[in-house]
Amino acid sequence: MNKWFKSGAPWIWMTGGAVSLSLIAVLGLLLLIASRGLVYFWPSTLYQWDLVHADGREEVVIGERYEWEQVPLERLEEAGIQFEVEGEFVERFLVKTGNREFVPLDFRWIWQPTVVTERSPVDLAAFERIRNGNFYGYPIAVVIDGARFEGAAMESQMKDAIAQSNALAAQANELQSKAIGQINYQLEQLRLTERKLALNGQDSEAALAAIAVSREALNQEYLVLESRLFALREQAADDHVVVRDMRGESVSLPLDQVMAVSFPNRMNLWAKGRWWAQEIAKFLSSEPREANTEGGVFPAIFGTVFMVLLMAVIVTPFGVMAAVYLHEYAGNGALTRFIRIAVINLAGVPSIVYGVFGLGFFVYMLGGSIDALFYPEAHPAPTFGTPGVLWSALTLAILTLPVVIVSTEEGLSRIPSSVRQGSLALGATQAETLWRIVLPMASPAIMTGLILAVARAAGEVAPLMLVGVVKLAPQLPVDGNFPFVHLERKFMHLGFHIYDVGFQSPNVEAARPLVYATSFLLVSVIVSLNLTAIAVRNHLREKYRSFDN
Amino acid sequence: MDAVKLERYKSSQRRLLKDRLARAVIVSGGVMVLVALLLIFLYLLYVVAPTFRSASLTPVFEAEPLSPGQTLTVGMDESRQFGYRFTDQGIVEFYQANGEHTARRLDLPEGVQIVRTAVGHPSSEIVAMGLDSGEVLIAKADFDVSYPNDVRTVTPNVRYPMTDSRVRLVDTNTPIQVYAFESDDEITTLVWRAGAGQLRLSRLTREVDFLSDETVLYRDDVALSAIPVSADELLLTPDQRQLFVLADNQIQVWSVGDIGQIKQIQQLEAAEPGAQITDMALLAGASSVLVANSDGVVSQWFQARIDGERRYQRIREFRHNTAVTAITTEYYRKSFAVGDAQGGFDLYYTTSQRRLLRQSLAGSVVSHAAFSPAANGFIAQTEQGLTVFELDNPHPEVSWSALWQKIWYEGYPEPDYVWQSTSGSNDFEPKLSLMPLVFGTLKAALYAMVFAVPLAVAGAVYTAYFMSPKVRGLVKPTVEIMEALPTVILGFLAGLWLAPIVESHLPGILLLLVALPSAMLATAWGWTQLPERWRNSRWGDYRELVLLPVLLLVGWLSMSLSPWLELWLMDGDARAFVTNDLGIAFDQRNALVVGLAMGFAVVPTIFSIAEDAIFSVPRHLVNGSLALGATQWQTLTRVVLLTASPGIFSAVMMGFGRAVGETMIVLMATGNTPLMEWNIFEGMRTLAANIAVEMPESAIDSTHYRVLFLTAFVLFIFTFFFNTVAEFVRQRLRQKYSTL
Repeated sequence: MNKWFKSGAPWIWMTGGAVSLSLIAVLGLLLLIASRGLVYFWPSTLYQWDLVHADGREEVVIGERYEWEQVPLERLEEAGIQFEVEGEFVERFLVKTGNREFVPLDFRWIWQPTVVTERSPVDLAAFERIRNGNFYGYPIAVVIDGARFEGAAMESQMKDAIAQSNALAAQANELQSKAIGQINYQLEQLRLTERKLALNGQDSEAALAAIAVSREALNQEYLVLESRLFALREQAADDHVVVRDMRGESVSLPLDQVMAVSFPNRMNLWAKGRWWAQEIAKFLSSEPREANTEGGVFPAIFGTVFMVLLMAVIVTPFGVMAAVYLHEYAGNGALTRFIRIAVINLAGVPSIVYGVFGLGFFVYMLGGSIDALFYPEAHPAPTFGTPGVLWSALTLAILTLPVVIVSTEEGLSRIPSSVRQGSLALGATQAETLWRIVLPMASPAIMTGLILAVARAAGEVAPLMLVGVVKLAPQLPVDGNFPFVHLERKFMHLGFHIYDVGFQSPNVEAARPLVYATSFLLVSVIVSLNLTAIAVRNHLREKYRSFDN
Repeated sequence: MDAVKLERYKSSQRRLLKDRLARAVIVSGGVMVLVALLLIFLYLLYVVAPTFRSASLTPVFEAEPLSPGQTLTVGMDESRQFGYRFTDQGIVEFYQANGEHTARRLDLPEGVQIVRTAVGHPSSEIVAMGLDSGEVLIAKADFDVSYPNDVRTVTPNVRYPMTDSRVRLVDTNTPIQVYAFESDDEITTLVWRAGAGQLRLSRLTREVDFLSDETVLYRDDVALSAIPVSADELLLTPDQRQLFVLADNQIQVWSVGDIGQIKQIQQLEAAEPGAQITDMALLAGASSVLVANSDGVVSQWFQARIDGERRYQRIREFRHNTAVTAITTEYYRKSFAVGDAQGGFDLYYTTSQRRLLRQSLAGSVVSHAAFSPAANGFIAQTEQGLTVFELDNPHPEVSWSALWQKIWYEGYPEPDYVWQSTSGSNDFEPKLSLMPLVFGTLKAALYAMVFAVPLAVAGAVYTAYFMSPKVRGLVKPTVEIMEALPTVILGFLAGLWLAPIVESHLPGILLLLVALPSAMLATAWGWTQLPERWRNSRWGDYRELVLLPVLLLVGWLSMSLSPWLELWLMDGDARAFVTNDLGIAFDQRNALVVGLAMGFAVVPTIFSIAEDAIFSVPRHLVNGSLALGATQWQTLTRVVLLTASPGIFSAVMMGFGRAVGETMIVLMATGNTPLMEWNIFEGMRTLAANIAVEMPESAIDSTHYRVLFLTAFVLFIFTFFFNTVAEFVRQRLRQKYSTL
């Protein structure tokens, strides 16, 4: 044994164990996020538990089972709870009961010993609602235009009615966000124009009258649209579905509040799969509801992608230019070497420092100056002098510049100098060599750098918290109002969405599955970007191996 | 022929021009980008620099006194437009820069003289004048702001805060001397003396009669027979609960909050050896009293709880060198100004123990002085007349000692490192010690390194040296992909998934520390017992994968055993056990969680660089060593690791740099309390997380804003230094390899 230890073999195994642990951690983490994130959309079985509490009180609980744990009896006794069970532990599980308006908390722990029966009846339905989260119960009847349907007719009628009310809601939403939003935007523009005229001393009677006329027209238009909106909303308001909940009482749910209804206990695997796919599609394409804890993440996806694209547009030319300068034009002196080390090190400077710089320099200094020069009419409300998507993109561009520079330089240094010399010997100028020979050959490296920069930018949250991200942006940075792209607006971001919903929301328990889903989305985007970068890099190495020989 | 030549010539000229143009564009663009990166450094410095600048005092205007009367008190209005002076003739004079000085007579009957006056604390600006008619006149200068024609206009005025301008204290026409005075919306306290009588304390309470809606004045009186009439100066605190009496070169502190129980609570031997106390003043917030001495020393005293008793303590002193004649304090901040017998004038800030300004007023002695309410103006009365100054003193709170040394803050029992940048109250003392933040940063980074370094370096050794190329091709990218994982996700998992698990399975987590290495050793032993045939089969290439299921199984077992261990060893409740039996505080989001999560984030950084360094150790060194009969392990420890050690060092440095600057994990996985405890079960607040928490709320260009920039600058320098060292070592190593 002693000899075995002396041979060093056990230590080799220990180092092997370190690799295994790292692998377990990495893969386990990815699996954890993936499973929790994807399970969120899977229609889980609805249970009905009949409970008898220690004091003899009977209760029925309906809901989804979430978590399970063991609690030592000893701790329970200290807390004054008694159970007649064998062994040292009592089991309990966390149940999502929904029906938020009728129960104090929509998540509750149930002690296993109190459960008398556990069933999953096929008639149990889960209603997904616009407000107050899910509702679980037995649908009894549906009332449409005053007509009451029960039994088999009810279900088909209910499905049609929900589809119809969803269509109406979509119409109303479209009307509100597009047409009415546009009118509000134009009214605000009119106000600013008026103020600008006053500031420039051009507020003649005629100009003011013209503004008043267009304002009046817009107000009229607004009233018309508003009445249409109210009409749309009223259309669906009277229909409702009657549901018996876990307290045994009949509750009527207005159909315009119900977004979808499902009977998960009836679904087979195929139906569940379809439902799951639908839910994922909805998650990706719809707006958040209930302070971001429900609904989709579309604005966050849009904001992230838009900001990252804007950043890529800024960072690519400058990064490539700096790398070309360092490698092709600047001599290989001590200064260049120093600059190179400094640039590499900038990649290691904490991102929050870039955020602080962005806030001070871009937002307050640059943005403040732009406001003072070009937007005096909006004063004191800031236009560019406040965090926004442009400043976020610029800050992240500076943050990712080193990544692009380092990667591009690496690509440039892999190109054999014989290629350059050949081109120059044939009479090409340096610019021509660069443009026709060097840059095309380095383009995969540039791509790699760009992809890595985008992957880094998409996952960065800390600097964005200072320079432009918000928990809920009322408008996207791109819309139908002139000039269509609004770089001064704040935006939503997937990473910040995770931080905000996971840590700032009042009902963390309810929001957690959604955070896992968002995390999974973000992780899969970033991991696939990185895998692409690795693939491009490997391809590049293969390609130039032939040059070396 | 010529035309063709010319054409060619032209075209090459155009090409040359293009080449030059391209060169110019690229060089200027490249230099611009590099300058932009340099700009970060410079801009941070540019924002931080003003905090260390001294204050400056610029005279705005001077004015001769309008009337010959002696000055009772001076002051300024909020807009800095007016300076004013109360005289002993009952006149209030308002001075302004354009020379349009005005005067107003107080509501003082003809023939009545002002005997002795006391002034309330600076932010109340109320003056109580004892008259020889047995009355006291209570008045303050007031400034009405109106906007006729959209122009801000300030009109000076005199207001009488009590219902009547004069309050009768004695029925006869005895001269009243007011020694001390303080007033708020409801209660007014006067310490006074009629003729040659005793000192008395009167408390006037204003109440609105709810029937008649009239304001009624109730008065309680008590004689202060124990306080000597010879007292030089009396000072009431704004809350009217304590009275400072300067008598016989000592300061007595009296509790006067309850009029029935007036008693002396402490006697301060505040005089410097061989010196006389010349003046005393209350600092903004009225927790501290400043005592000026004839030898120029100004000492600060406040109540601190020592041995369970709150007593005034001498906290710190300011050496002025010349006898102090006047001392005045700011409205809301802890600055004070001192005028001396030689016409010198100094501005100090107590917390940062900083002299902000030293100026000489051309040999004239300052007798009265006051700050403007926003502390951006200053008025001083000398023999020559009144001078109004513009005062630029934006960041007095910051000094080297305030940032990095222990400071005795008001109300604290002893000097301490405290970070508390904001509070709800106006006269709050900002506590800007960076030590707790730096400590928290290092604590988080070190716990992360404890977890990450062994794992990453050992992993790198195995991957680079022992692993078969096939497996290595899979393992390396897998671990490296981790580096790209957004830290917000790691933070979220650490805070909402890992922290509860660590709390509920604490024994299991601790068991893992022992169980995992033991399991590795056991597996290694088991492997040697396997038949030779199996070990040398092609599955031997994948022997590292054997550990995966073993470790998973051990992990699962530890977690399942955790409740039982908790039951046997910790009475069924690990948290209570740690808090009660071990006596250390336990937070759910603690350094252990941060160490695990951030260690996890740092592992790929260290792993990747260390693996590169070990893998690129020239093969002939290894082969030589093995050929000379060394075992694999001996070759590794004596040859490979020694050669690669600079690279491993550089990897650890890089990892440390990353851990120091990491924001989201710490923000989400700790309670963000700025503690200074190494306890693994308590949280911390790091520099980076502090910026993320406080930056959005700090007002632009405030001291807080600039100090946050300073913390960002510290982080920048810190990580830049570590990374440069690491990069430098790496470059040297690369050169060494190429020569080997």
